[in-house]
Amino acid sequence: MRSERCMQSALAAAAWISAAAAVLIFLFMAVLGWPLLGNGDLMQVLCGPWSPMHHQYGIRPMILGTLCIASLALALAVPVSLGCAVFIQVTAPKGLGRALHHLVRLMTGIPTVVYGFVGIFLLVPLVRNLSGHGAGLSILSAGLMLSLLIAPTMILFFVQGLAAVPQSHRQAACALGATPVQQLIYVLLPQARRTLLAGVVLGLGRAMGDTLIALMLAGNSVATPQSILDPTRTLTAHIALIIAADFESPEFRTLFICALILYLMTTLAVAVMRRLAAKPVEIP
Amino acid sequence: MKMKRTCISILLLWFACGAAAAWAGDLDPFRDESGAIKISGGTAHIPVMKAAADLIMQLNPKIQISIAGGGSGVGIKQVGEGLVDIGNSGRKPTDEEIQKYGLVLHQWAIDGVAVVVHPQNPVKALTSEQLKAIYAGTMTNWKALGGPDKAINIYTRDEASGTREVFWEKALAKGEISPKALFVASNGAMKTAVAQDPNAIGYVSVGHIDDSVAAVALDGVAPTLENVKDGKYKIARGLFSNTKGAPQGLTKKFIDFIFSSQGRALIVEQGFIPVK
Repeated sequence: MRSERCMQSALAAAAWISAAAAVLIFLFMAVLGWPLLGNGDLMQVLCGPWSPMHHQYGIRPMILGTLCIASLALALAVPVSLGCAVFIQVTAPKGLGRALHHLVRLMTGIPTVVYGFVGIFLLVPLVRNLSGHGAGLSILSAGLMLSLLIAPTMILFFVQGLAAVPQSHRQAACALGATPVQQLIYVLLPQARRTLLAGVVLGLGRAMGDTLIALMLAGNSVATPQSILDPTRTLTAHIALIIAADFESPEFRTLFICALILYLMTTLAVAVMRRLAAKPVEIP
Repeated sequence: MKMKRTCISILLLWFACGAAAAWAGDLDPFRDESGAIKISGGTAHIPVMKAAADLIMQLNPKIQISIAGGGSGVGIKQVGEGLVDIGNSGRKPTDEEIQKYGLVLHQWAIDGVAVVVHPQNPVKALTSEQLKAIYAGTMTNWKALGGPDKAINIYTRDEASGTREVFWEKALAKGEISPKALFVASNGAMKTAVAQDPNAIGYVSVGHIDDSVAAVALDGVAPTLENVKDGKYKIARGLFSNTKGAPQGLTKKFIDFIFSSQGRALIVEQGFIPVK
């Protein structure tokens, strides 16, 4: 009995500590970014261009860059992952499905830098030659590679979600004469919705938080991108590139704002997805 | 280029055939040592640091030497904060930095910063004015310079880069750099990027130039070792290894080794000009 209570308080402490860490990190960034926030320069930082030579330290291009690359990666990865998960869990012959599942699990373990390398030597020249525009270091290159990075994680989540739908539900639909496609659309997907969305949230978080792929493949230029073939800089890559600047410099101080924005963006994305997942399922 | 390669192979051969014996004395101080040296900072320094570390660790496996990049800014900051033993920089640390961190500088080489393009690019000479116009983003096509009708892709380095600082001050006269410029994070990454992109222009440490990229003559002066040495090629800087206070123990031995005759041979081998 006593050991159980001990265990319980230990677990509660662990939960509290990790929750507190998240809040403390947020506060830490807010406090350190305060000189800029309090100065009324915030709007200039949020909306202006980045040009340290002219004393402009705006991070709008980086915010846009992060949004562009993350949403492109997600837009590419979600359909592919969903299709792949449905194939593994529903339509594939058993052996093949299991083999694919193993392969996907293996893919989640590939380090980011490997994707970055493959991207530089294969994808970037390809994008450059096919588009005939720019250096190939672009939103498209980074988005494509990033979608490959986040897809395995999402596939695993999706497979798990689909597998959790009780067999009897499918059988019932089958008995009513539903084709496999109808079963998928009317039974499996609505039932697995929460896990599917959780997978999407995880993928989005990873896409927004990833540094190396964007740093290696997106070109990191500070101009606001005009097209998907233009280079751009993400908030994470910006932090990585500026972190070595002098502590006292205004460049360095804007980093806390970058981190804060990144934090808020991820939180917002998670909140929106939660909201979507919480809505009751309508059976048509 | 071929000449350079032959020279290097002869040098290596000579090195392997017993010259090592004559130099063995320079490595002697490491024989009975053990411990670790942490090095970070300038990416131009890495080949020399690596070559020296390999020799030392081969002789005495009890010594661990780790070498990280990050750029000159990172090197100065990390050594100042005591995170590493040696912080390399491809520019002289500012008086403010020296004072704040109590840095002791050890300049062991002179290095040029050369403008590079893809080897297939016919443009092999530029004037300072043209270079400034390219980097400012006002000259955007290779055609105007006698090259193919292609847009120029400008590559530059991050804030922490000493190479960037020297290039910006001496080649661009602190001129504008276009916001469209692509950023890469090390001398090695710059070389890879330019070697891959036929329309690229970038700049690297002269020691990093090899067949994969073509150096561009600036105002008629080619960025060769000789021209850097004679002072004819102006875009040059010192390579520094900085320590917090006077170096002690193993760190001191490492720095002494860089300045020894064997260390200087390594510096020459990697394409830099040793000092003193």
